[in-house]
Amino acid sequence: MSALTAPAPVDFSQTSRVRMSKLFRVELRKIADTRAGIWLLVAIVALTLLADIIFLFAAKSSELTYENFAAVTATPQGFILPILGILLVTSEWSQRTGLVTFTLEPSRGRVVVAKFLAVVAIGIAAVAIALALGALFNVIGSGVAGGAGDWDLGFAGARDFTLLQLMGIIQGLAFGMLFMNSAAAIVLYFVIPTAWSILFGLVSALEDAAPWLDLGTAQQPLFDTNHSLSATEWSQLLVTTLIWIVAPLVAGIIRLLRAELKSA
Amino acid sequence: MPGVGCRERLSAMIEVDRLTKAYGKHLAVDDVSFRVEPGTVTGFLGPNGAGKSTTMRMMVGLTPPTAGGSTILGVPYSKIPNPGTHVGVLLDASAQHAGRTGREVLHLGGMLMGLEERRVDEMLELVGLSEVEAKRRVGNYSLGMRQRLGIAHALLGDPQVLVLDEPANGLDPAGIRWMRGLLRGFAERGGTVLLSSHLLHEIEMIADELVVIGRGKIVAQGSKDELVSASGTLVRSLDLDTLAVALKQAELSFTHTATSSLIVQATGEQIGRAAAGAGVVLTELRPAEGAGLEEMFLQLTADDARDEVPS
Repeated sequence: MSALTAPAPVDFSQTSRVRMSKLFRVELRKIADTRAGIWLLVAIVALTLLADIIFLFAAKSSELTYENFAAVTATPQGFILPILGILLVTSEWSQRTGLVTFTLEPSRGRVVVAKFLAVVAIGIAAVAIALALGALFNVIGSGVAGGAGDWDLGFAGARDFTLLQLMGIIQGLAFGMLFMNSAAAIVLYFVIPTAWSILFGLVSALEDAAPWLDLGTAQQPLFDTNHSLSATEWSQLLVTTLIWIVAPLVAGIIRLLRAELKSA
Repeated sequence: MPGVGCRERLSAMIEVDRLTKAYGKHLAVDDVSFRVEPGTVTGFLGPNGAGKSTTMRMMVGLTPPTAGGSTILGVPYSKIPNPGTHVGVLLDASAQHAGRTGREVLHLGGMLMGLEERRVDEMLELVGLSEVEAKRRVGNYSLGMRQRLGIAHALLGDPQVLVLDEPANGLDPAGIRWMRGLLRGFAERGGTVLLSSHLLHEIEMIADELVVIGRGKIVAQGSKDELVSASGTLVRSLDLDTLAVALKQAELSFTHTATSSLIVQATGEQIGRAAAGAGVVLTELRPAEGAGLEEMFLQLTADDARDEVPS
């Protein structure tokens, strides 16, 4: 309890503001300390494992390489990581925990930075798990299934997978801030790119423009086994990232900074 | 913010200065000003929708005011470093992640404020949440348990000021008494409490200062004793109409209440004489105590038909 004796104003010089490292650790913990969060994390590991197991049995032995074991986990991880990013923001509204979060740290910008760092950390951890499991299965593949067992993934390969997952989870965070509603953000996250891709597939006149406007198309080179993007491909990746990740992120941050948090 | 002006009057722990919030043309909070002094428990009383929650949200920076401002401990809330260790805030006990355990909610708060885990145990014990209950998820809590958890969270950082929105909502009478003891003790140690309620008897039990709000405006403020003693004498009669005529003749001012009684600004003797003169039988004659305040409050509630119909 307080031991205030004098009604004089409080001397705040003894209190320092909440450090970013603390905000970061709290946001990281918030990803994992709810029932939904735990299951999503379990699902990421389980699906990564499952993808490698299926590939081990389904693929030709010549295809059993480290590169491929890593690559097959990218898609299932890419489904779930953005949802984690979305929920880290939208739960502040749907579960109304924002009332507490933004009362304990009134600077919302700092909370956003902490959430951003937290999802980046989760994305990197997911890629690390994918690479570790990929290595394990490559050993199993060459040992048990007579797989080729090639190890050439290289820095570029690891970079491309990391980039891919980070783009996904950051885009999720952006959509979460932009729509402030779990269901809307998740549905739109999956529907918009699909609808967009279908549009480009149907309208032949747009086909040439697709790599410049469609994130999925621009990300294709990241999956290529040679992992060497041309200058044009990097530019396309940059432009589509600006459209689909940076723009929603900026709009989402502006919305979050201005939003009114309501109680009941 | 008139920061310098506020610092000149050092004694107010909470100072709300002409706070106004407009949603379109609707004024949810209309020019609200009040001060909360240290060592007091101040009740913020008003019907649902009167603007209590909006005022409190503006005080802690969650809702931007249309005009006016407020300070806590002499500065705008957003300027307080690590605010959880200076101001305990509970705005909505149900605003917790349903999938998080009670202990985890406190742990997150303690982590952010830089507290030791021991503090979480202390607070759980203080609000009477058992080890087993603390391990359950908040989604399975009753409203009363959520309120206790919310109080524990507000007290976690050992603050000097508490801002609590409807903290007694969902508590049983024993729980309300417990909260009274808790907040009294907090105030006696020099702490400052502002708590809101839409129930008069709740506030009367807990608070010693009152700020009454209706339709976004302050309609009364002062000490509970002041507001209560200003309320005159309550009288009931078998023939209220004849009594009213007799009181008018005796030039005693009075108001009708919603419960078939009159509140008269006069002593019991004056009323008794007037009634005897008119040959009216009185069935009740006593100091109105909270009745005057209650009348004002019922009137406020009745006026706000858009929110709820008083039963």
